[in-house]
Amino acid sequence: MDFKLTKEQEMLRKMYQEFAENEVKPLAADVDEEERFPAETVKKMAKLGMMGIYFPKEYGGAGADYLSYVMAVEEMSKVCATTGVVLSAHTSLCCNPIFDYGTEEQKKKYLPKLCSGEWLGAFGLTEPGAGTDAQGVQTTAVKNENGDWVLNGSKIFITNAGYANVFIIIAITGIVEKRGRKQKELSAFIVERTDKGFSVGKHEKKMGIRGSSTCELIFEDCVIPGDRMLGKQGKGFNEAMATLDGGRIGIASQALGIAEGAIDETIAYTKERVQFGRRISQQQNTQFQLADMYARTQAAKLLVYSAAMKKQNHEPFGVDAAMAKLVAAETASDVTRRCVQLFGGYGYTRDYPIERMMRDAKITEIYEGTSEVQRMVISGAIGVK
Amino acid sequence: MAFNSKDTAAFKGVWVFCEQRDGVILGTGYQLLSEGRKLADDLGVELCGVLLGSGVNEQFAKALGGYGADKVYVCDHPLLKDYTTDAYTKVLCDLVHEYKPEIFLIGATNIGRDLGPRVAARLHTGLTADCTHLDIDVEKYKAFLKTTSTIDVDNTKFEDTKNLKMTRPAFGGHLMATIVCPDYRPQMSTVRPGVMQTAPYNEETAARTQLVKVDVQLSESDIHVDLIEIKKSAKKLVDLIGADVVVSVGRGISKDPKRGIEIAEELANVLGGVVGASRAVVDAGLIGQDHQVGQTGKTVHPKIYVALGISGAIQHLAGMQDSEVIIAVNKNGSAPIFDAATYGIVGDLFKVGPMLTEAIAKYKAAKA
Amino acid sequence: MKIIVCVKQVPDTSGVVAVKEDGTMDRAAMATISNPDDMNALEAALQIKETNPDVKVVLVSMGPPPTESMLRECLARGADEAYLVSAREFGGADTWATSSTLTAAIEKIGVGEGDIVMCGRQAIDGDTAQVGPQIAEKLGLPQVTYVTAIDYKDGKLTVRRALEDGYMTIAVETPCVLTCIKELNNPRYMSVSGIMECYSKPYTVWDFEALKESKWISAVENVGLKGSPTQVYKSFSPPVKGKGTMMEGADKAACEQLVSILGEKHII
Repeated sequence: MDFKLTKEQEMLRKMYQEFAENEVKPLAADVDEEERFPAETVKKMAKLGMMGIYFPKEYGGAGADYLSYVMAVEEMSKVCATTGVVLSAHTSLCCNPIFDYGTEEQKKKYLPKLCSGEWLGAFGLTEPGAGTDAQGVQTTAVKNENGDWVLNGSKIFITNAGYANVFIIIAITGIVEKRGRKQKELSAFIVERTDKGFSVGKHEKKMGIRGSSTCELIFEDCVIPGDRMLGKQGKGFNEAMATLDGGRIGIASQALGIAEGAIDETIAYTKERVQFGRRISQQQNTQFQLADMYARTQAAKLLVYSAAMKKQNHEPFGVDAAMAKLVAAETASDVTRRCVQLFGGYGYTRDYPIERMMRDAKITEIYEGTSEVQRMVISGAIGVK
Repeated sequence: MAFNSKDTAAFKGVWVFCEQRDGVILGTGYQLLSEGRKLADDLGVELCGVLLGSGVNEQFAKALGGYGADKVYVCDHPLLKDYTTDAYTKVLCDLVHEYKPEIFLIGATNIGRDLGPRVAARLHTGLTADCTHLDIDVEKYKAFLKTTSTIDVDNTKFEDTKNLKMTRPAFGGHLMATIVCPDYRPQMSTVRPGVMQTAPYNEETAARTQLVKVDVQLSESDIHVDLIEIKKSAKKLVDLIGADVVVSVGRGISKDPKRGIEIAEELANVLGGVVGASRAVVDAGLIGQDHQVGQTGKTVHPKIYVALGISGAIQHLAGMQDSEVIIAVNKNGSAPIFDAATYGIVGDLFKVGPMLTEAIAKYKAAKA
Repeated sequence: MKIIVCVKQVPDTSGVVAVKEDGTMDRAAMATISNPDDMNALEAALQIKETNPDVKVVLVSMGPPPTESMLRECLARGADEAYLVSAREFGGADTWATSSTLTAAIEKIGVGEGDIVMCGRQAIDGDTAQVGPQIAEKLGLPQVTYVTAIDYKDGKLTVRRALEDGYMTIAVETPCVLTCIKELNNPRYMSVSGIMECYSKPYTVWDFEALKESKWISAVENVGLKGSPTQVYKSFSPPVKGKGTMMEGADKAACEQLVSILGEKHII
């Protein structure tokens, strides 16, 4: 086993850190307070090749590897979890399925624009009646006499929705019989923002990651050309699940970054804050708390990086992604909550970023598969039925 | 005879380049002459001012004597009206070739720092940049070290030489280095503006000063740049160096920079001073660079220096630690600024600043 | 056409500075960064390259072998190739000797018609601002220092040079040497693809042997410490001043007390 980063990965981390410190961190409080999508940051990331980090150059990507992408989400999330999820949803949930399942024409059409950041991507599976239970999907896609697909229905809680140009949408294309039971046949489609009959609905007000644009998508006789189906008909469920496996590594990286960022802030604060005549970093409680948090975060990091390496090496990684996300998300929630406690009263105010980090952390236990879903995946894999 | 910078015995006298802009001699020239006088006396040699320009006012040239110049070389030529590296370098090098000074001091202005290295390279000699202290005499140098260094002077050996000892901050002010140039002449140094004190003007020495008109050899073809225009910045720049009171702001104002600067201005007003700033504040674009105090900004030694929300990074201390009285206000009681401060208040500048202004106003009103 | 950019890796003097017992800087114990002004020079070169695609940006640096990391970063920002001048013989150089060695390297790279040499105004470890002008003198090229704006069109170069109280606008012949300051531009970040490519770009290390034919070097006595006209006579640390008077509290009473002390001592 080799835990050493390559020279390029080390340089990338340095670049991400400089970028995060100078460009992302100064906006983080404002992005949260104003619930403002950080469009200017996305443009800057695009200029540096961060919107298509691990895709090949022939499709407009930067030609780096998957771990390099994971580190980007991690470093952005250290200072601004909103920026982390914008990057993660775009890359893992939109670029990645097009790269994995798209036809050559689809890849040529969409990836260069997505990787250059000219277009932003999103992914729509969740519906009012279908979250963890994907079989609850109601949105339909029906082929009309021209061979076009006609979509009807709605999606909710879609990250990047307000700003995305390209959406990967899961819809019902029929009913099939499986082991004597009738089941919905799900397929994936590429929908463009400008498609007729497509619109973006209500914008959600959230507890955390408040700058990310989370909206409803509405399809009212939305007509898209026949060649917009992504992958094979009826494989939509598998494709969505595989996409979410990758997405979980992205969210695990986001959670990891939030925890690391909170620890950084807390170390700095406890070394400044004086109580009872000495810095609170000199109190054993502070020392042990931070030692625990740091060790747990490092453990989460190893899980996240190991899942990333498996994906990069084309090994099965679904269970690894589930474990990485479960542990990283729960670590992020726990660490940020304890960090607020170490900050005391100041930590509860918006003068410091730590309360924001606590609010931001919570979502990582919920989206792209709740922690309960991750436990289902893991327990299933170890044969506990 | 060919010029040979290694023939040290052939060089004699101390020279000061007296920079003029728009026909007005900069204060740095007077400061350097005042300092150069002491060096020349220690060596028992002449002090000469060197003045380049077009239509040079003889009264101005003569006045250099009032600050100690025995002789002033006046290089008057239409092509010397405004500074160009090519013209000034050629004229100065020609002059050095002819008269061979052993020491040549230049103010470390933006122009002096352009000219000095070019001249030193052409002459093949050493140049020490941005000096803050100069000595010839070893005993005087030792006395200087006693107050400014941690060296155990009495138990340290010093090479006894009449070489110019040029002291300058190094590594952002974390270290001081004294540099010599033993084997090449002239010994060149640029000196930071504001560091040396200007001596009182002396009418008698001014009257005695000898003006030497130099036959300048210069043609258009010597100059490879075309000076299109010189523009003064519209905003009046703050005169930090000349101020008796400087109230500076640091990173501590970042919570509300506008209000922070306002507080400093109010305090500066009541004390009759100007506003300075740390590098962090200038780099963040919160205030103009002309306000910057420190190693990379200006060196000040006002009567009162007030540091509001300045932690006291060594770069900053390098530019203000010789102030007569330093008053520091900082939230963090362990900030290094308190080690340099004469008086310290541990508190929030946003609260303490206005209270201080009020207290001073009250005190002054009571006295009036 | 090419733009040669001189860059230096320096200890980060803005952070914690390690001083050895003998009073010299403990460089090994300090973080290194790319010299800030040099990054403005590189950015200026890259901007000219953006509008003039035939421009090649060539880096040159003098320093120990770890300087490679900085040069790779500059390549990752978009420079085309890099030369590192590195040898024990070059160590301990003052600005005269440094500029001789760099001039030898630049002449070996070759300064052609229309080329530009760009440097940062000064390096933060020495703050001398001398190497740029001294390279210009030794190359026999015109110089403009303190450059805050560059206008490059059809091979014509017009720059703005900062004065303390304003600026000069100067048209300068090429080839020439410019030294740049931070007001000139905002240096770009490395890009992801730049980083992926930076290890496959041309990278050359020149030692003493490689450069000794130059008239600026010719013998080992002319470089490094031996070739330096200036020498360190003494180096020392400034003393720590005794702590002053700390006021009790930070309220109105404390302020008034301080003012009355200042009054008693005739400071105000």
